[in-house]
Amino acid sequence: MEKIPILRMGDLLLVTIQVDMHDRLAMALQEDLTQMISDTEARGVLIDISSLDIVDSFIGRMLANIAAMSRVLDAETVVVGMRPSVAITLVELGLSLTGVRTALNVDAGMDLLKSAVRGSSNGYGSRLH
Amino acid sequence: MAVVSTEKIPINAEIDVVAVRRRVRELSAKLGFSLVDQTKTVTAASELARNTMIHGGGGQMFLEALNGPRTGLRLIFEDTGPGIPDVELALRDGFTTGSGLGLGLGGAKRLMSDFEISTRVGQGTRITITRWK
Repeated sequence: MEKIPILRMGDLLLVTIQVDMHDRLAMALQEDLTQMISDTEARGVLIDISSLDIVDSFIGRMLANIAAMSRVLDAETVVVGMRPSVAITLVELGLSLTGVRTALNVDAGMDLLKSAVRGSSNGYGSRLH
Repeated sequence: MAVVSTEKIPINAEIDVVAVRRRVRELSAKLGFSLVDQTKTVTAASELARNTMIHGGGGQMFLEALNGPRTGLRLIFEDTGPGIPDVELALRDGFTTGSGLGLGLGGAKRLMSDFEISTRVGQGTRITITRWK
């Protein structure tokens, strides 16, 4: 089965969705990412959806699920690169992606993620920053 | 108003939902719809195609290019599944019998210019959505 690759960069995981997502692929990504956060102790996940020409309720739910699951695993998620036409459609569809952090592009997303990860590492066992 | 072209796409598996999206995108671009309108139509088609597959147990979509005083794109989703007992309830946001968000039917209605549904319990459902230019 085809898979969406997940790249590791330090304590961050990067995903670029470049294929036309069918539902099973979306489910698989959700599971793979969650597993990988746990395996690599990643602190942040960046998902680039600039190649997606639609986000329907299923894909929207997947993004919300990933954000919620990674939060439970002590990682932050940022979704970047949503096309304006997709944003307009999503809101009209009734999906506001509550709980999902977004940024306009990869650069802004990385900044957001790095500051969020730094900000959340307090208490014992915190990383150097 | 005249139907300029008709074609049929079967919807029996997840991969067919992807085919529906692709074909609706191609045709709405060809008919000259704006990018936002194309995106809304493709998204509505994706929701309804998924419903046809999951709730209707499979079926098909007809695509019709319309011409006349106005250019339009009409999509008809048909299945011979269990039907919808309470349409008003099914159109309400958040109502779901499956694992989704319950935005599919109501969301598709909001995204399109016209939305019609005819359904009979035990016989099936037909949903017609149209986008006018």
